Amino acid sequence: MLARFVILQPIAPLAALVFYGHMENSFTQAFVQAGRLVAHLDPDLLEIVGLSLKVSLSAVALAALIGLPLGALLALYRFPGQRLLTLLITALMGLPPVVLGLLVYLALSRSGPLGVLGLLYTPAAMIIAQTLLVLPIVIALSRATIAALWREYEETMRSLVVTGPALVRTMLHEARFELATAILAGFGRAIAEVGAVMIVGGNINHYTRVMTTAIALETSKGDLALALALGMILLALALAVNLALHGISTWANLKGHHATI
Amino acid sequence: MKRLVALFALCLAVWPAYAGESIIMQSTTSTQNSGLLDFLLPRFTKKTGISVKVVAVGTGQALRNARNGDGDVLLVHARDAEMKFLKDGWGIDRRDVMYNDFVIVCPRSDPAAIRGMKDAAAALRKIAARGALFVSRGDDSGTNKKELKLWKAAHVDPKGHSGKWYRETGSGMGATLNAASAMGACTLTDRGTWIAFRNKGDLAIMVEGDKALFNQYGVMLVNPKRHPHVKAAAARAFMDWLTGPEGQKAIAAYRLDGQQLFFPNAAPTN
Repeated sequence: MLARFVILQPIAPLAALVFYGHMENSFTQAFVQAGRLVAHLDPDLLEIVGLSLKVSLSAVALAALIGLPLGALLALYRFPGQRLLTLLITALMGLPPVVLGLLVYLALSRSGPLGVLGLLYTPAAMIIAQTLLVLPIVIALSRATIAALWREYEETMRSLVVTGPALVRTMLHEARFELATAILAGFGRAIAEVGAVMIVGGNINHYTRVMTTAIALETSKGDLALALALGMILLALALAVNLALHGISTWANLKGHHATI
Repeated sequence: MKRLVALFALCLAVWPAYAGESIIMQSTTSTQNSGLLDFLLPRFTKKTGISVKVVAVGTGQALRNARNGDGDVLLVHARDAEMKFLKDGWGIDRRDVMYNDFVIVCPRSDPAAIRGMKDAAAALRKIAARGALFVSRGDDSGTNKKELKLWKAAHVDPKGHSGKWYRETGSGMGATLNAASAMGACTLTDRGTWIAFRNKGDLAIMVEGDKALFNQYGVMLVNPKRHPHVKAAAARAFMDWLTGPEGQKAIAAYRLDGQQLFFPNAAPTN
């Protein structure tokens, strides 16, 4: 279920294109153009794809480093306001990227509190924005996963007196394959979003231009075929990342581990 | 967890190093969507080693971003707003760079019967009278400011009809042309973006040549006194190049489908 959600996410920027006319024509052209771009290993395309992957993978890695332990803590410990916090984080999964982009812009702008860092319109700013975007997904999904697993493990852990950091580590380890799905969901959101990176990255050619902002730009130039071609490549990319993770978990499963992706 | 750290480290390690100085230019969608900047900037970078990072937004947003200090130089096209920006002390050293003109495009069927008119305000009045669909940028861009000025000259308040025949997209020139093309509506566009636009569909130029449709582009420096981090020397080098003989010649040389998109008109420097 989740995996399907992850795969479908990158279609969102494409859906916007359907709004415009001349589609039959554009679709054929797009296939041809996508094929040509990939076949020629177009250097501009490689650069844009590379930056997309770097930004989104960095953001997802950062979000996982921060979010997985937090998700585990939320699942394993009771404290006042816990339900409210969980609710809030779950709600933040629906935060529009453009709102988050605006908040990060205001923080990183030269006139903002973090302006002295000079991070606005850099890939670092894009990673910050996407990390914040992905974080609620990773926290909420890992919390749910570990809470479910905890019912199974609670007795054992209590009898072995596993507590504190050791408990968090053990539970994260036991849930690692389910958590991979949470991380994939985060990756899907990061690689597909355009609103936040457009504002904080500025879509600067050869510097902060990624797949989604390039698609938006080509669409606004009226080059729908090229935009669609880039969209197809983005979709293929997301599919490849999903397949890779699926492959890893299947392989681990064959080795006798417990896996459910 | 270790693998995640390793992945992150790898991401940072393969990050390309950017050599040389760079400046940030806040500019408009028309200069980017028309392909002009992709043509000009590599020439400047080749000569000086300074790379120009372009953030292409509407003129209104470009001015606001620059006011926040998020840019070194501005290339925009809304003279009144630029003068106010200078007067308020946010920018200095404004220079004319080039011009082209705006045109009114509509579906070929000419729903407002304005084909060939030479008076843009009168044409808009006719669009309003017929209730023909009109798509506005609605984004405080230079084009949007010009359009609103024309409506004022036509003594029509289009905002009262917003959502009916007057439709504000709140987006860039290209996106607005896409919308006009799909809706079968009229819109005001700069000629540069129009010529470069690849999804014209059924749209064609109906009104052009009115003096009121003149479109002047200017370049200026974000005031380093207000924002000390502004790279004034590198930004000035760019302004000098753009308004100097080389930049002016390059602007005139940029053609699409055999048509010149922008006409250089910087004052000769001594």
